[in-house]
Amino acid sequence: MKRSRTSLLERCYVGLIFFLLYAPIVILIICSFNASKSRVVWGGFTLNWYTQLFENEEVLSAVRTSLALTFSAALLATVLGTLACIGLSVMKKRTQQGIMSVTNIPMLNADIVTGIAIMLLFTRFWNLGFLSMLAAHVTLGVPYVILNVMPKLNQTSRQIYDAALDLGASPVYAFIKVVLPDIMPGIFSGFLLAFTISLDDFVITYFTKGAGINTISTMIYQQARRGINPEMYALSTILFLVILLVLWIVNRIQASRPQESRD
Amino acid sequence: MNKRKLLAGPYLVWAVGFIILPLLIVLYYGLTRADGSFTLENLTAIADPIHLKALGQSLLIALGSTVISLVIAYPLAYILSKLQSGRGGIMYMMFILPMWINFMLRVLAIQMILSNNGLLNALLTFLHLPAQHLMYSRAAILIGMTYDYLPFMILPIYNAMCKIDRDLLDAAADLGAGRIVTFRHVVLPLSLPGVISGIIMVFIPSISEFAIADILGGSKILLIGNVIEQEFSLSSNWNLGSGLSVILMIFIFISMAVMNRTDSPEEGLTI
Repeated sequence: MKRSRTSLLERCYVGLIFFLLYAPIVILIICSFNASKSRVVWGGFTLNWYTQLFENEEVLSAVRTSLALTFSAALLATVLGTLACIGLSVMKKRTQQGIMSVTNIPMLNADIVTGIAIMLLFTRFWNLGFLSMLAAHVTLGVPYVILNVMPKLNQTSRQIYDAALDLGASPVYAFIKVVLPDIMPGIFSGFLLAFTISLDDFVITYFTKGAGINTISTMIYQQARRGINPEMYALSTILFLVILLVLWIVNRIQASRPQESRD
Repeated sequence: MNKRKLLAGPYLVWAVGFIILPLLIVLYYGLTRADGSFTLENLTAIADPIHLKALGQSLLIALGSTVISLVIAYPLAYILSKLQSGRGGIMYMMFILPMWINFMLRVLAIQMILSNNGLLNALLTFLHLPAQHLMYSRAAILIGMTYDYLPFMILPIYNAMCKIDRDLLDAAADLGAGRIVTFRHVVLPLSLPGVISGIIMVFIPSISEFAIADILGGSKILLIGNVIEQEFSLSSNWNLGSGLSVILMIFIFISMAVMNRTDSPEEGLTI
């Protein structure tokens, strides 16, 4: 929907919301360079919080856990979800719908219930640790992968795949050469969503993490309850810049595929 | 052909093991006492005044943050969707960018601004206005939730509005409809699926929230999420916690069924 120009009032409104949305983040970044621990007094520019951050083993281990968890969860969710889509696409509509409604449960249910459910499963049959977090994050990510891959798979034409088979390609070869390039954008956005959701998650991680393990989210939660710690502001700033960089790269990649319509 | 079905196998095993089985275990805990005997008291415990009050507060705050987000996001999405595609796309990205910033960091940022010796009060004092004790109040939780979940309301509404065919608006104009009539009869109905998705995406995390209430509300305000969390972390009454979780789940699925009769919530969850 593109039409008339925006009026001054509308611009002001957009500007105001923009300000409210970003002011807290900007202040957080400014505070990370503030020598004074106070949030309202400027005590001079410092990089102390950053150097302390990189010497803080608790923070570093949380960052390592988060990265390992998020990458492996997103990867596993993408593989499971993509394979599931291929399998689902040849099933009957009714079966497909039944499986999809189960798949949607973790996405629609309250995170706290999903977290508790998986926590109970693991405390009853195994124990909590990295694996329980991984299982929870994969379960959370798969529906988003399926949601992104399924429409792309439905758009691919069966005839071309059949033609490849007629011309002597093996099913696997035909799939890799014909179907995969078509659904790749869906797989890519699915991976990206699973990744961001896993990285952002707090509630499910909180319940399924073992004692002594922390991700970035759960560590910040503990710190925030203890009181203000400028090191966390420094960590926030770094994370914010990393996110900007990643989004910029993703945008570049998507811009280099002009034929793909983004939905 | 049938071999392709097998590819869904690993995921089906996964779904049974990590979606269905865990929920059955919650149900089992919720329906038993610590010694394993059957009971309904963990479910009826919701009628306990403390729990009922917590549920009521959660509902109130969740509704509040959903309505405020909607009121802010709808005009915003409408304006953004009118911009030229290149600029509109960038502006839109800027508005949903906070979604990618860690959830806890956003709560931390709000905590910093609202706290009694925080920036908001410094600003108010500077303007010779009375300082506000917003921290540890319902208002603080409401502000935190709205700030955190606003992008989830903007995203689906904007997507729905961008899909509206320009020709429909031109047709409405050609047939003599003014801006208000066009909005009421074309834009509003066609953007409704996005609104419903947005409501679901904000309401569900809000109603079960406990971390925001914990940090911005102190321990003064108990939401149903806090009650459940404390049953697991502090009092270790897992049966009661599970029972209340079951109630919360039923509550969510009922409210979703009510809101969701027209559209699937999948709208806007793809990028």
